[in-house]
Amino acid sequence: MIDSTQMVKKIFTQKSGRVETNKGEEYYNSLFEKAKSRLKSLRVQPALRDVDIMDVLETEGVNRRDFMKWVSATTATLMLPPMFAPLVAEATELMNRVPVIWIELQDCAGNTEALLRSSAPTVDDLLFDVLSLEFHHALMACAGHDAEHQLDEAMEHFKDKYLLFVEGSIPTGMNGNYGTIGPAGETFQEHLMRLSKDAAAIVAVGTCATFGGVPAAAPNPTKAVGVMDLVRGKPVVNIPACPANPANMVGVVLHYVLTGQIPELDSLLRPKFAFGYRIHDNCERRAHFDAGEFVEEWGDEGAKNNWCLYKVGCKGPMTFNNCSIIRYNEGTNWPIGAGHGCIGCSEPDFWDKYAYQRPMANANIKPPTGGVERTVDEFGLGLLTATAIGIGVHAVASVVANKKSKEEEEK
Amino acid sequence: MAQKHLVIDPITRIEGHLRIEAIIDENNVVTDAYSSSTMFRGIEEILKGRDPRDCGLLAMRICGVCTGTHYQRSIEAVEHAFGVTIPKNARLVRNLIQGALYLHDHVVHFYHLHALDWVDITEALKANPKATVLEAQKWASLSGQRAWNASEDTYIQVQERVTKYVKQGRLGIFGNAYWGSKGFKLTPEQNLIGLSHYLDALELQRDMAKMMAIFGGKNPHPQSFVVGGVTCVQDIKNPARIAEFKQLLKRSRKFIKEAYLPDVYMAGTMYADEALEGIGGGIGNFMCFGDFNLDDLPFYKSSKLFPAGIVKNRDLSKVYEVDQSKITEDVTHAWYEGTTNLHPYDGVTKPNYTGFGKKENNIAYLDTKNKYSWIKSPLYDDERMEVGPLARMIVGVANKDERISKYVTTFLKNGNLPTTVLFSTVGRTAARAIETELMSDVMMDWVDELASNVAHGDLSTWTEFNFDNVSKDAQGYGMAEAPRGGLGHWVKIKDGKVANYQAVVPSTWNAAPRDYKGRLGAYEASLIGTKVANPDQPLEILRTIHSFDPCIACAVHIIDTNGKELGVYKVDPIGGTSRA
Repeated sequence: MIDSTQMVKKIFTQKSGRVETNKGEEYYNSLFEKAKSRLKSLRVQPALRDVDIMDVLETEGVNRRDFMKWVSATTATLMLPPMFAPLVAEATELMNRVPVIWIELQDCAGNTEALLRSSAPTVDDLLFDVLSLEFHHALMACAGHDAEHQLDEAMEHFKDKYLLFVEGSIPTGMNGNYGTIGPAGETFQEHLMRLSKDAAAIVAVGTCATFGGVPAAAPNPTKAVGVMDLVRGKPVVNIPACPANPANMVGVVLHYVLTGQIPELDSLLRPKFAFGYRIHDNCERRAHFDAGEFVEEWGDEGAKNNWCLYKVGCKGPMTFNNCSIIRYNEGTNWPIGAGHGCIGCSEPDFWDKYAYQRPMANANIKPPTGGVERTVDEFGLGLLTATAIGIGVHAVASVVANKKSKEEEEK
Repeated sequence: MAQKHLVIDPITRIEGHLRIEAIIDENNVVTDAYSSSTMFRGIEEILKGRDPRDCGLLAMRICGVCTGTHYQRSIEAVEHAFGVTIPKNARLVRNLIQGALYLHDHVVHFYHLHALDWVDITEALKANPKATVLEAQKWASLSGQRAWNASEDTYIQVQERVTKYVKQGRLGIFGNAYWGSKGFKLTPEQNLIGLSHYLDALELQRDMAKMMAIFGGKNPHPQSFVVGGVTCVQDIKNPARIAEFKQLLKRSRKFIKEAYLPDVYMAGTMYADEALEGIGGGIGNFMCFGDFNLDDLPFYKSSKLFPAGIVKNRDLSKVYEVDQSKITEDVTHAWYEGTTNLHPYDGVTKPNYTGFGKKENNIAYLDTKNKYSWIKSPLYDDERMEVGPLARMIVGVANKDERISKYVTTFLKNGNLPTTVLFSTVGRTAARAIETELMSDVMMDWVDELASNVAHGDLSTWTEFNFDNVSKDAQGYGMAEAPRGGLGHWVKIKDGKVANYQAVVPSTWNAAPRDYKGRLGAYEASLIGTKVANPDQPLEILRTIHSFDPCIACAVHIIDTNGKELGVYKVDPIGGTSRA
């Protein structure tokens, strides 16, 4: 087995995640035509559920204007030009042509809980009208043998058509016996292999399924790995974060419906539409970073004034994710909004690299490249993309500048 | 004598991986039952060597459901070790986040994880919508409430929506279930009420999650607690934010009073025979660690919304005090080495996976005479305990807590039910509903208290401490109540690093296998005597197991792959290990 964790680490030290936000007219025109013919072919497929999406939405008190607002926001989230909006609307109606099987392995159900918080479309729309959810451990009615039959039947009926959502990592230690499922006591690894064989594509949802997450944190007692470490010969999409944002789950399905393909991925198999930017790029506290205004201690004047959280351990500058744009729970809030730094939960190995409440500069972390121990600012050079290099330097410099100007004022 | 051995794996509509095996006699009555968890992750081992200030972030991931509870317990364990008392605002914010979690957790549990054991969706389609309105009003009026849905149109729309769904042939996640089973006892109209509230609750639970996100940053896995307090200064400073919280709370409270409670009256009445027979009653010993600090006195001195205590053998006349030093864990039937009961601080945990017993016709059977689960068997003073909402209500009543007694008495009076119904599957489900109402009421006061405290100029959210001094050699515990019951995190700190970490969680108490004396765990005990209408459709077994709201990922935690002794850092110092 190729040690893809090592591979991922190596990739992560290279430039990654650069997104071209405008790929040119020719590209979009051809994609547009492709999406159109894809939707046409889906339209003639026998429907799993024949629904009029507006009908459905209206019973939920959503009018066409609200729906179109959601469509244009989603189109933008998927990084497509506005001309795609009508196709996105159509794809929403046709999402139920794509069956979904959702399995839980070495997990905490956090991503299932996140799915329940989906607001656009809402979870009841997802369950009853939009998605064709065939199997979901935490929500399904039947259990035991009947659940097993339900799964077998769905796999056969939708052979090569279903999207397999995987939540949780896969323990490989002790021959996989750290996790078994079903009447026959199948190991999680066997279960995943059996189910991925007939899937159209596999979506690893949450950081456990993508990079091993919590169980894989040092010293990784169960030798947990992510889906991409085991599954070969099938498209795999990673939607990391702890938990993954439901907007990104829906985005991946919509993109698949729209184009018949998985979205464009970065070197860590994350869709670029969601993981193309750093948290820092769109952070609401960015202006304070630039002005050298930092929270130095929890609850201090800086905290009361919503200053930048870099010095209390925010890893936003090192983390690729769209939470600074779409946030959580219907846009209600996000960790940085609530005054806590980003812990980098959509990055590989974040439990060992980022998830602490001190700035990188004060962390006793050895750079993965090995060699002498360096401070964060140098470490940034090796590990991060060019923009991140100067963060630590800047944090120091701007404070000095700020202090100076204050001193001058006082004079 | 014709015995049958039922294997139910996976148990669905729960959190985590659970297998139940039951032996039923010729009358389809359960004579023996075994509960097994088939997954673990090793989180305590992962926590060792980390900075104690960061533990909460990772320990919270023990569970994605009661995530905020683990976060809080972990942070409290460290605060207890450091002797840090948090400011009033922090206490109120933590109570509000935790309270919102109770509302969310209980509503999702009742409607989305449990209701399909009581409600037959397909029968709902036969209901008369007009009669359904009257039926809904009848149950709501028992507690002097209006019905949440009293519109014929709404019920017609629900029927149309689901009919459309059923007609196209594939039922998706509702497929292959036990619809039509004799085990279902509600009328078509009652089923329609249940179904309609199932859909409404899907929407409401998003609001309840939003409440947690307002002060917690996000849900699941909030991110605004730190050792010494909370970080959400700007959210408590902003009156609009507090008002938003209160608005969401009000709507949730309305749903709880107008839908959730009436539905429990309805189900409780329709399934009253079983309740009176005591089906699902289980062990009969109940323990509550106590939770929700009502004042700002330091550690375990504050008065509590839920008082701590133990009730034994269903005897409400006597309450025993809880002493954490009497908690031990036994591994006789768990996949670990060793045979002695040890306190969490001193637990020895060496994995010893012996797998399944026999395998026939592609079905594996647990080796029940020996080891058969990843869950240990916790004991209190060498006795088995049940924890959870039922335990909280029972201990509250036995403690003569005024508030709890009032809610319990009112509920029983409105539902015209005797106290004995509490000791059953129905009672466990009812206790959760009673507690949810109590919580939604008391939270209204807490929001106002927070608003008023901030308005009076108190913006403090964090207590300063000198980490280098307090973290040299310290130990502490965070013991309180998760929605599912008593939860404890124990931490030992040496030279600024975690030397040992242990969590004993609600589902460890309830889902545990037999102990060294062969005494049954709470799930196992609760199944004995249950009659199954149809052995191929073990609906009644699911109903009782679901009444505990199983949360298995939490319950499975400890492992030391190197076979080192955990918690004996005097012998085996780990402090100073840096996380490379």
